[in-house]
Amino acid sequence: MALSRQQMAMRVARELRDGYYVNLGIGIPTLVANYVPEGMEVMLQSENGLLGMGPFPTEEQLDADMINAGKQTVTAITGASIFSSAESFAMIRGGHVDLTVLGAFEVDVQGNIASWMIPGKLVKGMGGAMDLVAGADNIIVTMTHASKSGASKLLPECTLPLTGAGCIHKVVTDLAYVEINDGKFWLKERAPGVSVDEIVSKTAGEMVVPEVVGEMGF
Amino acid sequence: MSGFDKVVNTYAEALDGLQDGMTIIAGGFGLCGIPEGCIARIREMGVRDLTIISNNCGVDDFGLGLLLEGRQIKKMVSSYVGENAIFEQQFLDGELEVELTPQGTLAEKMRAGGAGIPAFYTATGYGTPVGEGKEVREFNGRNYILEEAVTGDFAIVKGWKADRYGNVIYRHTAQNFNPMAATAGRITVVEVEEIVEPGKLEPGTIHTPGIYVNRLIQGEFEKRIEQRTLTE
Repeated sequence: MALSRQQMAMRVARELRDGYYVNLGIGIPTLVANYVPEGMEVMLQSENGLLGMGPFPTEEQLDADMINAGKQTVTAITGASIFSSAESFAMIRGGHVDLTVLGAFEVDVQGNIASWMIPGKLVKGMGGAMDLVAGADNIIVTMTHASKSGASKLLPECTLPLTGAGCIHKVVTDLAYVEINDGKFWLKERAPGVSVDEIVSKTAGEMVVPEVVGEMGF
Repeated sequence: MSGFDKVVNTYAEALDGLQDGMTIIAGGFGLCGIPEGCIARIREMGVRDLTIISNNCGVDDFGLGLLLEGRQIKKMVSSYVGENAIFEQQFLDGELEVELTPQGTLAEKMRAGGAGIPAFYTATGYGTPVGEGKEVREFNGRNYILEEAVTGDFAIVKGWKADRYGNVIYRHTAQNFNPMAATAGRITVVEVEEIVEPGKLEPGTIHTPGIYVNRLIQGEFEKRIEQRTLTE
């Protein structure tokens, strides 16, 4: 069975390591914060200028001057720091953030990602996504493997305008965990109960499939 | 005003000299840390054909959205816009020009503008629509695009506290783009919640040194929250 949003977040959370600074995008990536393993410390970076983002506030803690990059009111954890947007993107662009997790519309075998613009629809902007994908070495894309109409989102070549070129190496979908290297997708894990055939049929780009594909653990 | 005293008493003085067609750099992220009083005054002045460089463009009836309502903006340079219906309408009608700029590049453009650096190379946007038409150069095997700095005729900034000399401290994430905006205005106007006497702020904690600030005014702030999110 295809993974739920929560299960996708749980799979991504397995990539966390103790002491990681992590930037989580909006949507499924945000849910990853709920699955940080017991005893592990990670610090969440919010690109509007907060390192050490905490949970949403209580009524008493609510503060208009304390928001995250999604403009939601938040709190800061003990040991947090707050800084300017230039400082924030210096740490992102400079490769200091250990892991970035973000959503996408499409990825392709060259590691290109399209996540911000659908021609013909009103474009609201890329926000910090282009800086995040350009600056991070360790990026995980989370998205459904195919669109609602069944069209694959893992393509030979992205059809939508790019967010970044050649920067994606890891993709967690609702069906599989896939890596991107040498111009190919590499099937690494399948969601429990999902067949390799289904994954292959929903992957438009060239994919290397090993003889045995293990089931994803959480 | 005398010596290093930057304090003005009215927003009319604070924005004196602002004219049609000028470029304004504005601090703020969403509705957080926005110069509410300056925006209200610009609306009142009715100046038009403005170019506004700001990460966002407010909402329909608050923040920079007020200047859209007054049809005063010709061009927006932002990373994320369209939280409001007026914006969408003016954009679709071709009244409003929009230059979408990656958030980190926008912050660095302001920083560079204020620091006397005319342009810089960044990997952000290479191979995307943002990089089209821009100079590309390879450093250590990776491609970068040349992005030009920005400056404004005016910069409008929201701080928390300042002393009369214009040394400014920001509060929490209301800092955001404000420190860079403050450096990049030919005339920088800072509005704060509290003005104190010089010597009351610890010198080592100043975010924006007074050298960048031309006019300082104490304002009152609604501090509207865009996404009120509480813990369950």
